Amino acid sequence: MTPVLQIKNLQVSYYTDAGRARALDGVDLTLTAGEKLGLVGESGSGKSTMALAMMRMIKPPGRIEGGQVIVDGTDLMTLSEQTMLKARLSKIAYIPQGAMNSLNPVTRIGAQMVDAIKAHDEGSSRADIDRRCKLALESVDLSSSVFKMYAHELSGGMKQRACIAISILLKPKVIIADEPTSALDVVTQRQVMETIDRVQKQIGAAVILIGHDMGLMAQFVDKVAVMYTGRIMELSSVRDMFTDPKHPYAQALIRSLPNLENKGVFNGIPGMAPALLQLPGGCAFHPRCSKVMENCKTQRPPSTTISGGRILECHLYSEKA
Amino acid sequence: MSDLLEFKNVTKTYSHGLLSRVSTTALNNVSLKLETEQPTIMTVAGESGSGKTTLAMLLLGFIEPTSGQILYKGKNIHALRGEERMMFRREVQAVFQDPFAVFNPFYTVDHLLTVPIARFKLAKSKNEARDKMYEALTAVGLRPGDVLGRFPHQLSGGQRQRINVARALVLRPKLLVADEPVSMVDASLRANILETLRGLQKNYGVSIIYITHDLTTAYHIANSIVVLYRGAVMEAGAVDTVIKTPQHPYTRLLIDSIPWPDINRRWGETAIKVRESDLSDHPSVGCRFSSRCPLVMEKCKQSPPLFRLSEHQAASCYLYEQNPAIDPEKLSELLPV
Repeated sequence: MTPVLQIKNLQVSYYTDAGRARALDGVDLTLTAGEKLGLVGESGSGKSTMALAMMRMIKPPGRIEGGQVIVDGTDLMTLSEQTMLKARLSKIAYIPQGAMNSLNPVTRIGAQMVDAIKAHDEGSSRADIDRRCKLALESVDLSSSVFKMYAHELSGGMKQRACIAISILLKPKVIIADEPTSALDVVTQRQVMETIDRVQKQIGAAVILIGHDMGLMAQFVDKVAVMYTGRIMELSSVRDMFTDPKHPYAQALIRSLPNLENKGVFNGIPGMAPALLQLPGGCAFHPRCSKVMENCKTQRPPSTTISGGRILECHLYSEKA
Repeated sequence: MSDLLEFKNVTKTYSHGLLSRVSTTALNNVSLKLETEQPTIMTVAGESGSGKTTLAMLLLGFIEPTSGQILYKGKNIHALRGEERMMFRREVQAVFQDPFAVFNPFYTVDHLLTVPIARFKLAKSKNEARDKMYEALTAVGLRPGDVLGRFPHQLSGGQRQRINVARALVLRPKLLVADEPVSMVDASLRANILETLRGLQKNYGVSIIYITHDLTTAYHIANSIVVLYRGAVMEAGAVDTVIKTPQHPYTRLLIDSIPWPDINRRWGETAIKVRESDLSDHPSVGCRFSSRCPLVMEKCKQSPPLFRLSEHQAASCYLYEQNPAIDPEKLSELLPV
């Protein structure tokens, strides 16, 4: 299968008074159509920066400093501002973190949907636009009366589903969902995730789900990428990640998860994530790593592919390769 | 045995404006009891709108119940004055959801910890105050040198939340109300904070009311659980029994919807019956869950009492009417400590 999304050596830095923070430090990623990838990591690991960089929505003092984001054969980084506007929503769509705050409170949901279509297909007739909006609402399980409603008339889960409806209006190739359910209850969360799952299958888009809820990842995605200080530490299939994590950080992350069998056992990860302004040398995880070796302190581990197509950045595995 | 805290048939109703007759019952006839001798961790679980935060606000005395009484050591908390009131304020502490919003950004962490010590005259000298601060910070797993003298923005979310716990701890509380203390903290730090809370109960004899919608963490930390839906108790009992063998259709739906971090345990098959868009009118009489319940019966138009299912489990549902009904006031008797 040809990849629908290829990210090559993507780099983003934020320039602050205290220095340059590398929020994204050379990330590579490939997704095929219909694939679902989970992007996990602690806050500050670069998950949201990655989503914004892919949408080319990084604002100063942040800057995309290099790399490619190729969607469906086009490198988004080379597009003009005008063409990028068209590419958003039609090639790559973004479901933001707080659905509560991302809809316009003073225009009806319908008007926002119509706007989105008009901005991309100027020629389409009113009847056609209406039909497409109704279809989109239907596919996220909202009644067509939502078309005439304002955001405040909807519950949290309905707002989030309205955002999903907007994001699929133009059948994008890639959908990025940034913690789409972090503000929702478990039951509503399940509804929203089931909705994303269904519409993603309908339009055959690849999905990147960003979050730190490993439970959600286990239930939803096909592949998991674990991020730490702007780099992908491990990329594995969801089954491999949960049954046999390889990177010491991924292992600690999986071990810290509560489940029904280990009641009352808490395995937190000792230490805290380093500040991006003063990253430790070598592997950024080495001060917290239980298997730290001498060369971890000085050399950054190269990206290594091991059996099962798993990609790791750790000296434990680079030596054997 | 004396009761540390007692909720006696507490109801809280919010009315909408002066003229409207519509009102929302946030908490409906809830009775609970916590004993002084045996510190425990009790979970109050439910979705948003279930009344769990109302319960916390009532407990802390921030709002008054519409009917019923809240007793602290046998006295109505709204009748406390002077010395007794100070005592209540000291012994009942809270940790809130958002570790980013509760700090004053202009003060260092020291300020947050020294103010309560000074206000409640807990230390005779500066040195003693310092020792108390160090002890509380160490108890929550922080190195005092790492955090003292720092401003809130220099600390991570997990550190801030643990400082909140430390602040509560310097006052030597008897009861801690933790309202979603880990929902805004990274998964890897959750474990640390939960561990800290459990340590408080074990080592310092603090009873904890853990308010959450996250049944996974509830299962790991609590002894007993009360599941609320729109202000009414749906199911209650020992946390193991309720989470492993939920009986009320609502609890089943909740537990089925937990995304377990285990790929061999798939997300529930039970369909979610009604979309919330069709739920504009909630039943004001009868079982509050009836409009979403897949097993709804004619009888559900009347409020079901609590039926006792086993020693440590009760559900408010007519499916179990062959079991003996229990008085809502006796609810806490079946909660293990």
